[in-house]
Amino acid sequence: MNDTVGIVIVSHSKDIAKGTADMVRQMVGSEVKVAFCGGNPDGGLGTSVPSIIDAINDAWSAKGVAILVDLGGAETNSEMAVEMLEPVRRDLVVVCNAPIVEGAVMAATEAAGGSSLAQVRAVAEELSAD
Amino acid sequence: MSLQPETFKSLVKVAAEQVISCAPELTSLDQAIGDGDHGINMKRGFEAVLGKLDTISAQPLDEALKTIGKTLVMTVGGASGPLYGSFFLAAGEALSHDKHLPDDLADVFGSGVNAVSARGRSQAGEKTMLDVLVPVLETLKTAAGQPDLIERVRITATEAVARTAPMQATKGRASFLGPRSVGHVDPGARSSCVLVQAVCARLEEQQ
Repeated sequence: MNDTVGIVIVSHSKDIAKGTADMVRQMVGSEVKVAFCGGNPDGGLGTSVPSIIDAINDAWSAKGVAILVDLGGAETNSEMAVEMLEPVRRDLVVVCNAPIVEGAVMAATEAAGGSSLAQVRAVAEELSAD
Repeated sequence: MSLQPETFKSLVKVAAEQVISCAPELTSLDQAIGDGDHGINMKRGFEAVLGKLDTISAQPLDEALKTIGKTLVMTVGGASGPLYGSFFLAAGEALSHDKHLPDDLADVFGSGVNAVSARGRSQAGEKTMLDVLVPVLETLKTAAGQPDLIERVRITATEAVARTAPMQATKGRASFLGPRSVGHVDPGARSSCVLVQAVCARLEEQQ
């Protein structure tokens, strides 16, 4: 089986994270592993490091994992989650500087073709380029 | 003065209790210019720290600070979890690399401040917790060894938090408000001030 880069979607809102993941699955199919998380530990809006770590593990692939985030706290928490992974995994996870919905779809599309983590990230981040 | 395990335990306890009791104030500050969850988030994190107080205070100081940092990262949520977590993780890391308290207090505190700055890609002057932490670090450096160091630190924190009110935020959620962020004390600066003041007050009681 050919591994593909996994995708993690981190939003402050669980509904947005889930909706984005649904959209990715519908548009890209099921060959790419997609995990999502959103909301704080009390069930309100926010992001939390443990749930991001769980999502990274769910979407884990030998080719790595690309994370798409919405607002600043999601990015900060995602970076922290990456640093808390075992050292061998840390370099295989990137937080993309890209819009969450379009970025997730583009990243997953690129991943589905068997691209490397760097290629997946580059395609997602092109959306943020001027 | 050297930092005894019992003293450290009481400092952690009083700092955590102060943050928890200030949760409503922090939340109301955050409702003005943020997303309104700073008090709830900090309360959740420091309650978790209190719950582990015996474990934390039984560890060597560097490990204890790292445990506090990790606990905050895993429980606070929002952006303040990684920010405060990074402060304590880096301070603990500094202590495990040949730094000692109280002699290297400014160095150890400075490691924490640098970690917050790196994590948030932010500097003082952007209406964040760094606007309290950086002036406190300056006082720790300039007044090191002075008999009134603790009082000076406490006063520095109090004055610094007030100075965040006229600032316009350029980092974090408050920056979305642009000029409308002016006139409100920054919630993160306030929580940093609460922590610093609690530690200072406890140390002053002991003198």
